[in-house]
Amino acid sequence: MFDWNWEFTFEIMPRLLAATLNTLMAAGFGYLIALILGLVFALLQRTPIPAIGFAVREFVEFIRSTPVVLQIFFVYFVFPQFGIRLDPWTAGMIAIGLHYASYLSEVYRAGLDSVPAGQWEACTALNLSTRRTYLKIVIPQAIPPSIPGFGNYLVGIFKDTPMLSVIGVAELMHTANAVGSETYRFLEPYTMVGVIFLVISLPTAYLVRRFERWVRRSLGMAD
Amino acid sequence: MNQQDHPLELEGADAPIVRFDNVSKRYGDLTVLDSLNLDIARNEIVSIIGPSGSGKTTVLRMLMTLEEIDDGVIYVTGKPLTHMPKGDRLVRANQKHLRKMRTNIGMVFQHFNLFPHMTALENCIEAPIQVLGLERDEAIERAKELLEMVGLEDKMGQHPVRLSGGQQQRVAIARALAMRPKVMLLDEVTSALDPEVVGEVTQVIRKLATEHDLTMIMVTHQMGFAREISNRVCFFYAGRIAEEGKPDELFSDPKNPRTKQFLKAVLEAD
Repeated sequence: MFDWNWEFTFEIMPRLLAATLNTLMAAGFGYLIALILGLVFALLQRTPIPAIGFAVREFVEFIRSTPVVLQIFFVYFVFPQFGIRLDPWTAGMIAIGLHYASYLSEVYRAGLDSVPAGQWEACTALNLSTRRTYLKIVIPQAIPPSIPGFGNYLVGIFKDTPMLSVIGVAELMHTANAVGSETYRFLEPYTMVGVIFLVISLPTAYLVRRFERWVRRSLGMAD
Repeated sequence: MNQQDHPLELEGADAPIVRFDNVSKRYGDLTVLDSLNLDIARNEIVSIIGPSGSGKTTVLRMLMTLEEIDDGVIYVTGKPLTHMPKGDRLVRANQKHLRKMRTNIGMVFQHFNLFPHMTALENCIEAPIQVLGLERDEAIERAKELLEMVGLEDKMGQHPVRLSGGQQQRVAIARALAMRPKVMLLDEVTSALDPEVVGEVTQVIRKLATEHDLTMIMVTHQMGFAREISNRVCFFYAGRIAEEGKPDELFSDPKNPRTKQFLKAVLEAD
């Protein structure tokens, strides 16, 4: 039953590693979209116009409460009915980026809320504009405490990229499936996929902690 | 709200630099300030004392526009601060009006509220560059002068986390002065400090009082300092001025029994 074949394993590794690059790219791009959109969502929720805040909050809640795989299907298969035809990569990036933007907007929100009221009052007393207050005073201080949350979702989006295989993005999972159906051997490709994910995920948490310390120090907020 | 009884502008050479005209502030059912009338003359130094919850900090926060008022009008440099003229009546001030009027006022807080990700110098140049439109060099020069004045010429490149409480508060004073306000508000500026560094901050304030062309309103628990530095002391009790007068008179011969009781309690505690 347990007939692990090392020769076969080494044979398929180049393909799997090439696909890993795609997986990393998908995670990286998706995360970049999420970082930017997430901030936009968080800031929109704080606008003085109640309707905008409400709409964005509901949208974020909706995205967070529905499965990412459904959102991927929706963008790829339903959008074309409205005339928006996207290739798998673009559709996947939009769906997963939007999904994680909703999570990250909550991280940003917690970070923004963690900036003490006294900082806002000092900005008012110094007559700084709202824009300047956010850009120079509030956001820089909101970042360090948010980094652990950002790190968790970075690992999260990386682990969710196999979902993109359902619409044919040639990432790691998709490639392992292809190898399996070509050779009728599933043990090695799937095991190696697990190993690759593990090897990348594990050090991330450690690196995120290092990064947080580095950011705090470079902002001068810690010794 | 009926604003007919409030003038659109205070005229005359002897107009007060700050006027609270029948100002009230409520939180729900709680009246924090009850029809406050208070005039402060140019270059006057006024101390506000009183038990906690008497509304004294609220006075400063309203003047800094950190709190909205429920009734009345506050005037600064003869013009309404909380309101603006529209035709022949006063309406609530909009953000633009507030931003224009706020340039007259500076504030130093109990907990310093320095920007922790900026050095002492950066704290002092941010607003002058962004709000007053100073050139960077000019702002740096102004900030250096002020940091020297508060005795921190060797700490300009330090972040707040590396500074003691007394040093942080002196940076905060320099930061507020860099905006060249006409009225300076000091909200319990020594209350969060270790006793041994209170002196270095009061020393700076003493300097401001004598050397600078500045109106100061301070909320304080340091009775000795209030007596020494102020032209006038206001004793607040339950949202009203229970007694006011020259410091020597108010401290040595208080008329109101509340004042007597309060002074007895705090002086015994010292």
